[in-house]
Amino acid sequence: MKEKLAYLMGAIAIALFARNIYVISGLPQEVNQGAIFKIIFFHAPMAITAMYCSCVALFGSVMFLITKNFKYDALAVAVTEVGLGFLLANLVTGSIWARVIWGVWWAWDVRLTSALVCWLLYAGYLMLRRAIEEPTQRATFAAVFSIFAFLDVPLVYFSIRLFRTQHPGPVFFSSEGSFPKDWSAIFALNMLALTLLAAVMTIVRLGQENAQREIDSLRRTAHAI
Amino acid sequence: MGFFRQVLVVAAKDLRAEFRTKEAINASLAFALVILVLFSFAFDPLEETTRAISGGLLWIVFAFAGALLLNRSFTRELANDCLDALVAAPVSAAGLFLGKALANYVLIFGVELVALPVFGVFYNVHWTQFFWQLMLVLLLGNWGVTIIGTVFSALTVNLRLREVMLPMLIYPMLLPALAAAMQLTGYLVTGTPITKENISWLQMLAGFDVMFTAVSLVLIEHVLVG
Repeated sequence: MKEKLAYLMGAIAIALFARNIYVISGLPQEVNQGAIFKIIFFHAPMAITAMYCSCVALFGSVMFLITKNFKYDALAVAVTEVGLGFLLANLVTGSIWARVIWGVWWAWDVRLTSALVCWLLYAGYLMLRRAIEEPTQRATFAAVFSIFAFLDVPLVYFSIRLFRTQHPGPVFFSSEGSFPKDWSAIFALNMLALTLLAAVMTIVRLGQENAQREIDSLRRTAHAI
Repeated sequence: MGFFRQVLVVAAKDLRAEFRTKEAINASLAFALVILVLFSFAFDPLEETTRAISGGLLWIVFAFAGALLLNRSFTRELANDCLDALVAAPVSAAGLFLGKALANYVLIFGVELVALPVFGVFYNVHWTQFFWQLMLVLLLGNWGVTIIGTVFSALTVNLRLREVMLPMLIYPMLLPALAAAMQLTGYLVTGTPITKENISWLQMLAGFDVMFTAVSLVLIEHVLVG
């Protein structure tokens, strides 16, 4: 039942995503940027999705430390992996946009740098997990690391912000924004599609993690016998 | 035994063990000097531009040499299961952690105090012009490195690849503290004191220290005791 629901959600997410791509490809070109501006419909939602993921990872990590229930550990690792994927996609799409508009693949601007450092931090989380074999210790240490990483991200952002920034400011839902109303709606729909996609991927990954734990425990039992 | 007494006993034990063998501190000092020499090939050592980035260079040296010392902090306790004995001893996890951090702090500060004048001589940097302000930056930056480093030293102590894992995990985490320390040191050695203009870096550094000290003290129980 749970699986069927996940697949249904996945189908909806992909259908919605396909529809959004169709709508976005039909939008007119922007005066200054041309067609490349359309990347924002994917680029920004990916960053926001990754941000949600890190919040859920924090929740999973804190809950694991309180309850010592491996369910939360599995949630934390599943959602971190998905978030890392989205953040990587965000970095890549941003880089493509930067090449066209700024003329360079990468600029050491505050948002770019903090996104990269954030990615490195959470990649460290996965490496730490891989290096520890004992499950309880792995889950505990990873949870502690995840909390540290989450708290570090705003500090990283503000420390780099003290340098100057050249990243364009947000153009949605703000009074200064120059984004037409119906475009904001398309943006929101794409946000929804990507969030759904992230949720489905997390659920699938969660299932794998639980299956893995079951296999490990069966293997240990077999060894004991 | 009161909490602070516990901290001091653990710190004194670590320092005594280190000064008897001197293995980590010697390696760390030698390493710092080698990197300082290597930098002279990467950048023209007498150029004005090198002086402008000298704050950054100096903190890279401190971070690298510090990681060597931090690696040893908990690894030292692996032989004869000393770590288990320490955890089982009637010392709180926070006390044990702070004691270790304090010992690391003293050791890294020692390396910094040796590396700083050498750096000044090699690269013709006038580091004494705002001596006390520079010391303040060193003390605060060093505490940031130490507190994160000691927690992660405990996290990575049982790993096979801990020598690689520790730096890989702590440098991104330390970025706010290192960036602030690099900027401030850069200002101070090029003749700009800390004023209203750049005080936000100092605030960032102090905030980083306070926040992560608090978080570490809360979470260390989970790391050491489980």
